[in-house]
Amino acid sequence: MNISEKILAKASGKNVVHVGEIAEAKVDMIMVHDLTGPLAVEAFKRIGVSHVWDNQKVVIVLDHQVPAESVKAAELHKMLRKFAKDQKIQIYDVGKGGICHQVMPEKGHVLPGTVIVGADSHTCTYGAFGAFATGIGSTEAAAVFATGKIWLRVPQTIKINVEGSFQKYVTPKDLILSIIGKVGVDGATYKSVEFSGPVISAMSMAGRMTLCNMTVEMGAKNGIVEPDGITLKFLEGRTTKALVPFESLKSDTDASYEKVIDIDIADLASQVACPSSVDNVKSVCEIGNVQIEQAFIGSCTNGRIEDLRLAAKILNGKRVKDSVRALVIPASQEVYLQALTEGLIEIFTEAGALICSSTCGPCLGGHMGLLASGETCVSTSNRNFIGRMGSTGAKVYLASPATVAASALTGRITDPRELEAQKA
Amino acid sequence: MKITGYAIKFGDNVDTDVILPGKYLVLMDPKELAKHAMKGLDPTFPDKAKKGVIVVGGKNFGCGSSREQAPLALKHAGVQCVLAESFARIFFRNAINIGLPVSECKGILAAVDNGDELTVDLEAGKIQNFSKKASFQVSKLPLFILEILLDGGLIENLRRRLNTK
Ligand code: SF4
Repeated sequence: MNISEKILAKASGKNVVHVGEIAEAKVDMIMVHDLTGPLAVEAFKRIGVSHVWDNQKVVIVLDHQVPAESVKAAELHKMLRKFAKDQKIQIYDVGKGGICHQVMPEKGHVLPGTVIVGADSHTCTYGAFGAFATGIGSTEAAAVFATGKIWLRVPQTIKINVEGSFQKYVTPKDLILSIIGKVGVDGATYKSVEFSGPVISAMSMAGRMTLCNMTVEMGAKNGIVEPDGITLKFLEGRTTKALVPFESLKSDTDASYEKVIDIDIADLASQVACPSSVDNVKSVCEIGNVQIEQAFIGSCTNGRIEDLRLAAKILNGKRVKDSVRALVIPASQEVYLQALTEGLIEIFTEAGALICSSTCGPCLGGHMGLLASGETCVSTSNRNFIGRMGSTGAKVYLASPATVAASALTGRITDPRELEAQKA
Repeated sequence: MKITGYAIKFGDNVDTDVILPGKYLVLMDPKELAKHAMKGLDPTFPDKAKKGVIVVGGKNFGCGSSREQAPLALKHAGVQCVLAESFARIFFRNAINIGLPVSECKGILAAVDNGDELTVDLEAGKIQNFSKKASFQVSKLPLFILEILLDGGLIENLRRRLNTK
């Protein structure tokens, strides 16, 4: 069996599971946020049980519209706070957390070998830690609140083997964009995507999270990476729970895969997903002159300290072009504090970029930097659908933090290596 | 479970941001959500759907976010059923969980025109197109999923199974 199958077998009390069979899996952790939680709470109340099955295994994160951007949002937040209090559930409120997919691992809620569901499609991010993690809707979350179980069809798995080494300023974001460009937005629907190979073994947790985060953009049920020393290092000091031996999670050498894709990244250039589909991917150097009004660095895809460091390196001592609004949103309070300590906040501010509080912000067109019709934004987030970041007449290009930072300086979508070349 | 309605067609990769844009997610009342159904593609959709329609889509219908408000908006706008070449998995589960019938049917986009009158028999896995005098067979839903739909959604199904009041 491969790692996903091993986790599902264990969670459903079986020795083996096979592709296509329905596993009734025990859930180790469930997360809902301020936009999916209220519906889940209402549905839970309709079920007619008084308590969640295990209050240690439920987490609520307020992140999408915080601090409350409207009275409606404030009411929803209030309702979730009350539910958390009544049920004695951990809630990460304004100022205490950040974006759910950053907060969950940071606070030690994501452990290798566990089954995690979340009422958010990017729950697949946690596969970076060797967990089987997938997104569900609010009603299903309510059912898990009540029963602690969920049915999951054992998925076929696509294995992606990555070799070579990244060129300067080319990042895991460029890698996942190029993969989605090849596989297509529905190329992995219902399937698991397992990343492996020397590039992945050497990759930081931040990079692995970026990869797994975007697997849902090709339709995948989950993305996953085998846990290792790098995973362990991240978890140190974040959890006191006993970890399963990582050996037990390794994919067997004879594990079966629907397909294996081998990728060599030696020639990989900076990538961009053009409007309005995440698989409309090109190299930055191929798209010609695309002028931008907004540059956004943040989201659960690329709002981590590693991303901010990279962007700061490019913006250091320079000015964001007058015609561009640059927004930087650290993914969590922990990331924010780290950026402050390292002097990154100062670099961004001096460059003329606006730092906002840790939230999803403009990523889903909720608040903090929506786009007007006719405007173009280059963003480190994960979706460029029509209307995603505001007006249906706006355009969104997805790119790495390095590309977004370089573009903020020039006012057009720019390969960071182009600025390097000018310097030389 | 037999469903009848007129077809409204959409293409491939209809995502949840066009089915229900993010800024409406703070709305809790399904009737309010319904007013914005399909806003990203066709702002007149809620008017058209009122009389009860069957949405016909292409590949990867409902891709994108996990927002259950997307199928909820469709259901309360008057959509009786969604037939598509394929579905994004979270949308598929959400639709069933809120009691909106969905069925994956290869070739549906070519077999149906806007305004065709369709009947869907989920138990039998059969679709009839009266306007074209054609019928075809689709794969049946697993029994436990059919039961969730017959109960009217996952919550009702769970209430029955857990025997809560
Ligand atoms: S940052 Fe964007 S993609 Fe991530 S959870 Fe928030 S809204 Fe969703």
